[in-house]
Amino acid sequence: MNSILSVNKVDKSFGNFKALNNVTLEVEKGSIFGLLGPNGAGKTTLIRIINQITLPDAGEIYFDGRKLHPNDVAQLGYLPEERGLYKSMKVGEQALYLAQLKGLSKQEALKRLKFWMEKFEIESWWNKKVEELSKGMAQKLQFIVTVLHQPKLLILDEPFSGFDPVNANIIKDEILALKEQGTTIIFSTHRMESVEELCDYIALINKSNLILEGNINEIKKKYKSNLFEIGLQTENNDLIFKQLSAQFEVKYSQFKSFNNDLKMTIKLPENYSQNNLLNVLMQKATVNHFVEVVPTVNEIFIKAVQEN
Amino acid sequence: MNKLALIIQREFLAKVRNKTFIIMTFLSPLLIIGFTALIVFLGKMNNNEAKVVAYVDESQLFTSEDFESSEEISFLDFSGFNIDSAKVEAAKANVYGLLYIPKKDSLNQIAQQLQFFSSESPNSSIVRNMERRVENRLAIIKLEEMGIAPDQIEQSKFKVDLKLSNFTGEARSKFVNEMKAAVGSIAGYFIMLFIIIYGTMVMRSVIEEKTSRIVEVIISSVKPFQLMMGKVLGTALAGLLQFIVWIVVIAGIFFFLAAFFDVNLAADRASMTADQMATMTESTGQMQLVFMEFMKLPLLTIILLYIFYFIGGFLLYSSLYAAIGAAVDNETDTQQFMMPVIMPLILGIYVGFATVLNDPHGPVSVVFSHIPFTSPIVMLMRIPFGVPWWEILISMSILIITFIFMIWFASKIYRIGILMYGKKPTYKDLYKWLKY
Repeated sequence: MNSILSVNKVDKSFGNFKALNNVTLEVEKGSIFGLLGPNGAGKTTLIRIINQITLPDAGEIYFDGRKLHPNDVAQLGYLPEERGLYKSMKVGEQALYLAQLKGLSKQEALKRLKFWMEKFEIESWWNKKVEELSKGMAQKLQFIVTVLHQPKLLILDEPFSGFDPVNANIIKDEILALKEQGTTIIFSTHRMESVEELCDYIALINKSNLILEGNINEIKKKYKSNLFEIGLQTENNDLIFKQLSAQFEVKYSQFKSFNNDLKMTIKLPENYSQNNLLNVLMQKATVNHFVEVVPTVNEIFIKAVQEN
Repeated sequence: MNKLALIIQREFLAKVRNKTFIIMTFLSPLLIIGFTALIVFLGKMNNNEAKVVAYVDESQLFTSEDFESSEEISFLDFSGFNIDSAKVEAAKANVYGLLYIPKKDSLNQIAQQLQFFSSESPNSSIVRNMERRVENRLAIIKLEEMGIAPDQIEQSKFKVDLKLSNFTGEARSKFVNEMKAAVGSIAGYFIMLFIIIYGTMVMRSVIEEKTSRIVEVIISSVKPFQLMMGKVLGTALAGLLQFIVWIVVIAGIFFFLAAFFDVNLAADRASMTADQMATMTESTGQMQLVFMEFMKLPLLTIILLYIFYFIGGFLLYSSLYAAIGAAVDNETDTQQFMMPVIMPLILGIYVGFATVLNDPHGPVSVVFSHIPFTSPIVMLMRIPFGVPWWEILISMSILIITFIFMIWFASKIYRIGILMYGKKPTYKDLYKWLKY
């Protein structure tokens, strides 16, 4: 794997509290990496360590093949969960200041800032103070500030919070566009549907331990339960259900369909292929619906946390 | 551009652009001069009102000459009453008080049994005034008893006026020590004021960054230490700018007033009698001497040392202020940590006023002008009296070493504190943070 970031056996304690315990993970270049975990699991600590805000007690971080260096902050963009800007500072001035702190020259920062503000149609805000902006407006500015210096690695903590659906979509498109341009994105959120939608890889941290990591499809395969969701058009729903129950593990199920079907899930027995099952069903009734149940990230999340 | 320079620039501009800062910079010198003028004016108004004192002289040793009115006091003769009814009458007449001189066998007894009745406790200079009048009369009577004429005594008195000068023969004013003390205390007092005002500014700005949550964005770009130092230095520069503006404005007003009064003095002199002229030249001579002494003070050295001690003292204290700001979530929580920071400053001022002004080179003054927490104040108070250069050098070095240590110490607390929210920290927490 061509990884842009590798976290190697990182430990971090605060007094008696262990925030991270021997965490190791790899983030592939150009991917969107979902960093998941319940509240207080250690996600923010890990993000802060990657941003060199806090130092690990043990372990190393490698960035782009080399050990993480203080100068690498110019290659990192960080959108913290708790957003913040200087309230009494003007929008333009503030964005320039923050970009310059990331190492951009003033001219370059000015050029890029103009581009982004035009893109988001917010040029008129330039001389407004941040305290005059609405929460959503400030969030937009914060996003621009985070990506202005074109970081190789972008760390977004709950990037959609505070946005209405329209603006959340704009931000989502920008994130995907950045990915197209080769930016790697670490994405920390509790909104599983956006993980499903955006992430190529996920890592799950629970109680300071990494409990799950990998390609999202592989993880889903690992967590598949061999369940099939089935809708049958029959003469007698009860009779068919009884017959099938004798042969398989069957449960009634609910999903949307046009007909008044017999809706159920069947667990595929071992040494039994989907086609065998389909054959059995086809002999009894008309099959309207036959889908393998794919575990959602949400289900995997809950299952993994509970198992842990 | 260097990141530290960027932060310093932002902090400096944020302070300097603030409306309150601009107003205070130009208004404060005017306010200071205005208040001084007001105090002088009020003091004069107070003195103009002579107090009326009734007296009962049973001894009959005193003449109306003894009870001549002065600027401060005028007398009413109540000797017609006996003392009890005199008290009643005095209260009715609404006079300041009643002086009672009883009839006794000896002058000593009179001197000891003199009484003054009044409704409020009397002003000490009025008491002194009455005592002096009685003392004079009693002395004259005693001298006459001994057969010495009062004018003989008068003739035997000499007014000695020690003319001070240095070994090269230049004249020196007797008020020079007072003047040096004034210069020293103003400098020391201003240092304390500046450290507290600008230290609090640093603290507020740290708290603001913390509550607005921008701090996490900033320290993902720069080190917390850079942010803290940038803040401290940017604020120090704003403070220096304000100080320089004050010096320039006050000096401007001072020279303007000096020129104005010079013209007035010349005009007054033309209309004065020879006698008045003589006393006038004596006092203006003194004034000129004081002024010359003032100009002879190493003013440039004082200003440069002021700047050094301000920066040194400010770095020492403001890093602590920054650490306090980082440790708490809001300003009300700062109280418990402020005490240990303010105490040494107050101590410096007290030590300065209590010992330095009387004995600028005594052991207490010397020790406190080397302790880094008080040296900015105490050393500045000593400097007008002349401090050997090596002592200044030692004091400066100790200050530099201490503020470097203190900045390191404060940055450890700062680094952890800025990311801590919610719980109000205790001293124990701060100690733990030092070891993270």
